[in-house]
Amino acid sequence: MKTRRDFIKISALSLGATAITAGTAKAVLGSSLFGNENENETATLRRSPTYCEVCFWKCAAWAHVTEDGNIKKITGNDDDPQCNGRLCPRGTGGVGMYNDPDRLKTPLIRVVRDGKQTYREASWDEALNLIASKMSDIKSKHGAESMALFMHGGPAPHFSHLMKAYGTSNLAAPSFAQCRGARDVGFEATFGESVSSPEVTDIRDTKCLVLIGSHIGENMHNGQVQEMSQAIDNGAVIITVDPRLSTAASKSKYWLPIKPSTDIALMLSWINVLIYDDLYNKEYVETYAEGFDELKAYVQDFTPEWAYGITTLKPDLIRKTAREMANAAPSVIIHPGRHAAWYGDDVQRSRAMAILNALLGSWGNRGGLFLKEGIKIPEFPHPEFPKPAWSWKDLLDGKYPLANEAPTNLVIEASIPADGKDAKIKGWIVAGTNLIASVPMKEQLLKAMDSLELLVVVDTMPMEITGFADVVLPECTYLERYDDIRATAHREPTLCLRMPAVEPKNQTKPAWWITKQLGERLGLGAYYNYTDFSEVLDWQLKQVGSSLEEMKRIGVKKIHRNTSPYIEPGTTHTFKTASGKIQLFSHEMAAAGFDPIPAFTQHPEPQEGFYRLIYGRAPMHTFSRTANNPNLVALMPENSVWINPQVAGIWGLKKGQYVWLKNQDGTVSRFPVKIRLTERIRWDSVYIVHGFGHHHEPLHLANGRGVNDTELITNVMLDPTMGGTGMRGNFVTFLKEDPRKEIVS
Amino acid sequence: MRYAMAIDTRKCVGCSDCVVACQTENDVPIGFCRDWVTETVDGTYPNVSIELRSERCNHCDNSPCVRCCPTGASHFEDGGIVLVTHNKCIGCGACIQSCPYEARYSHPDGYVDKCTFCIHRVRKGENPACVSVCPTKCMYFGDLDDPNSEIVNVLKNRKFKALSPEAGTKPNIFYLT
Repeated sequence: MKTRRDFIKISALSLGATAITAGTAKAVLGSSLFGNENENETATLRRSPTYCEVCFWKCAAWAHVTEDGNIKKITGNDDDPQCNGRLCPRGTGGVGMYNDPDRLKTPLIRVVRDGKQTYREASWDEALNLIASKMSDIKSKHGAESMALFMHGGPAPHFSHLMKAYGTSNLAAPSFAQCRGARDVGFEATFGESVSSPEVTDIRDTKCLVLIGSHIGENMHNGQVQEMSQAIDNGAVIITVDPRLSTAASKSKYWLPIKPSTDIALMLSWINVLIYDDLYNKEYVETYAEGFDELKAYVQDFTPEWAYGITTLKPDLIRKTAREMANAAPSVIIHPGRHAAWYGDDVQRSRAMAILNALLGSWGNRGGLFLKEGIKIPEFPHPEFPKPAWSWKDLLDGKYPLANEAPTNLVIEASIPADGKDAKIKGWIVAGTNLIASVPMKEQLLKAMDSLELLVVVDTMPMEITGFADVVLPECTYLERYDDIRATAHREPTLCLRMPAVEPKNQTKPAWWITKQLGERLGLGAYYNYTDFSEVLDWQLKQVGSSLEEMKRIGVKKIHRNTSPYIEPGTTHTFKTASGKIQLFSHEMAAAGFDPIPAFTQHPEPQEGFYRLIYGRAPMHTFSRTANNPNLVALMPENSVWINPQVAGIWGLKKGQYVWLKNQDGTVSRFPVKIRLTERIRWDSVYIVHGFGHHHEPLHLANGRGVNDTELITNVMLDPTMGGTGMRGNFVTFLKEDPRKEIVS
Repeated sequence: MRYAMAIDTRKCVGCSDCVVACQTENDVPIGFCRDWVTETVDGTYPNVSIELRSERCNHCDNSPCVRCCPTGASHFEDGGIVLVTHNKCIGCGACIQSCPYEARYSHPDGYVDKCTFCIHRVRKGENPACVSVCPTKCMYFGDLDDPNSEIVNVLKNRKFKALSPEAGTKPNIFYLT
C-alpha cells in the first residue's frame, strides 16, 4: 500500500543545524582516559531544592551540584504532585539557563557616546541610585501612580511589593490579556471561580477528555501531560478539536479538524444535542444551575446541521462526540485550555466550554473538575501600603467591565500622550517578560516606550526588551536565588521551596535583593524589615507549621486537605457565584451589556492566497524565553511553518525551503522560515511555534532563527468584556525572495 | 539477564525530555545526542496518523558494531549492554557505518560514543536517565529473563515491533503500538 510518509528525525536534524559545540568538560578534564564503564560513578553530587522557572507550572526539583560548584543536572522532586519526580525537557534543560554564556552579567546604563546611544557597564550602586532618583523624581512630578510594572514569573511578587509600597497599583502581566484572562473571566462568570493554575482538571481519572485547541503534549504543562498519559492507559476517550493534527489529536479517538474561528458554533451544537437528545445531567443541572430554560430556548436552532456549514464538521461526528461526552459524564472534561486570546469573543468561547461542563455535571465530580484546596502563606509583617489616588481601572473609561487584572495593552496605551494630553503613565519596570515577543501591536508598544521618562528592565537574558531600557538589571537565574514559597492549591495543598543551589554568576542578583535595595533608596525601608530573604521564608514557613530548615531538606511539603475534592453524595455545594448557582444564563454579562449566553460570531476569513496564521507551542521551548538555551536550542533551533502539501503544490514550495511570510497588512517577517510540508494541517491555515525569530545579536544562538509570530499579529481583536487581545485574525502569504534585498540593475 | 526497553508509542508525545536527560546525565556534548525522537506521518489530510518514537542504540544481541570493531572497544557487558571503552576506541568509525540505527556518533574527544543504557545507574538499581525522566512514563526498562518484570508484562499484553528487523540484528528496543 502506498502511503505518503514524512520522516523527520527531530533531534538528528538539529545536529547539523546547531554548530555550537562548546568545549566539552571531558576534553578539559581529560576524563576520556577512562573507559565509560566508570563514567559518572565517582561523581559526588550535592542536591539543593528548587522549583522550576522555565515555565509557570513550577515543578519542584532538585539541582544536583558537583563538588566544584557546577550544576550537573536537575531532576524532579518525587514528592511533588505537580511533577511526580519527572520534569519536562525544559525543566531538565534548565541547566542551560544557568550555563548560557549570553546571560546578562552586570547592570547597564544607557549613555550617549559620540552622539550615539549605547550602554555602559555600571555598578549596582550606581544603577540602583539612578533608578531610585528617577523614580523619586517621577513620584514628585506626576505621582507614584504614573509608574507601572510589567511582570512574569519569579521576580513578579518582589517587584509588586516594591511598587505597592512606592504607591502604584498599575501592575500588569501578559498572562492576563495575552493569555488565560478570557478563560478565567468566562469560568468565573459561570462557576464563580476560575480553573486556577495548575488547572483543577481531573484528567487522571477522566473517562472523556475534550480538547478544544488545547495541545497538551506540545504545551508541556507537566502534570497535565502526565495525566493525559494515564488517561490513555485507562482507555479514556479523547476528543480533540483542532485545525491541526496536534500530538494530542493523534492520540485521540476523534479528531475534529475544525475550520478555525468557529469553535463557538460547534459548542452551541453540542449543547443543542445534549439538551434536545436528552443527554445532559438533569439532576445536576436542576440542583446546581440556573438559566436552563433560557439556554434551551436559545440553542434550539443550533443543530449539528447548522454547525456543519460553519465548522465543516459532519453532523454525525458532532452527534457521536456529544454522545461520548454524555456516556462518560460526569467523568468528562471540556478542557478550558490556557492561552485563550484568539478572536476577541474569547470570554464567550470560554463560557460555552463552562456551560458544557455544567450540563455534563463535571465540576465537583471525579474525572471532571475537582474542588481545589490550598494553603495561605501569611504576608511577612510590613506597614500598610499607601492607597493610590488612581489605578488602571480609572483608565478603562467604561471599557472592559469584566477586567479583574490590568490588561497590558491598556497600560501601554496610557503611556502614550494623545490628543494633546500628557500620558498618565511615565515610567515602567519590566521584570521577567520580553514584551517585544509577548505583546502584539508593536507600533503602539514602541511609541509608548519612546514616550517614557524611565524604563527599567530586569531579566536574566539580553532579550529584545532590554535594548529599549534606560537601565538594565541582571537578575540571577532561579538556580541562584531565593524566591517566594510556592503554595499550590490543587488536589492537595503543597508548599515548595526555591533556594540558591549555587552562588549567582557574574554580577547578577536575586529580585528580592534588587527590590529591597531600591526600596531602601526610595525611603521604603520599613517594608523591608529583614536582612536576608531567608528570614522572610523561615518566618512564613513557621506560621504554617514548617520551617526553612525542614524545607531545605525535603523541598516539597504536602499538607493534608480538610475538605473533599468532590461533591459528596447527599451534600449540597454552593458555587461562588452571587446566587450560589452555576450561571448558564449570565446576569452579570447581561448587566454589563454583553450576550448572557454565548453567541456565534462570524470572523473574517483569509483572502485568496492568504492562510490563517495559527501559532502554538513546542514541548522543548517556553514562549521566547528559552530560544537561547543551549540545551534546548540543540533540540529545536528554529521554528518552521507547517503547510499542507496541497497548498505547497499551488505555490510550488518545497520541503525545507525558506520563505518570508507577509500578512494581510503588508507586514513581512524579519527573517525567513523553513517550510514543513505536512498532512497534519488544514488547507486554509498555516502553523508556527511561538517564540522564535529573535533579532537581538547578544542572543547568539537565538538571533535570526525562525520567525516571530508576534510581529505578524498586527490585527488584534480586542475582547470587549475584559480587554484580551485576540491574535488569531491574521493571515499570511508566502514570499520566495527576500523582499528587503536590494535590486541592482 | 537480558536488558531491554519497551516504549509505548501511544503515550509518547515526542517532547525529547529523554534527549536532554541523557545529555545532562552523561555529559553528551551539546550538538550531539545518544538518543533522539522521530516522527512518522502516515496518510493524507484529514485521515492522518503519526507515530512518535524515542530511539537509541538497540543493544542488539547480534551486534554488527561489536563484530566489526577492530580493537575490541565495542563489546558486550553484563545483561547484553553494548558499550564502547573509550580508551580502546581509535575512532575509526567502522561501527558507525555498520549500525542500521545510526545510533553512534564520533565524540569530539576522538572516540565513538552512544547509549550505554546508563549502565552506571542500572548497576545501582536505577532506571536509565531517559526512562526515569519521561513525563508520560512511556518507557519501560528491565530484564527480559525476569518473568515478573514490568517490561515482560507489557510485552506479553501489548502488540509491539522492533526497528529494522530485516537487518537481523536482534534488537532489544521494542515499540508498543
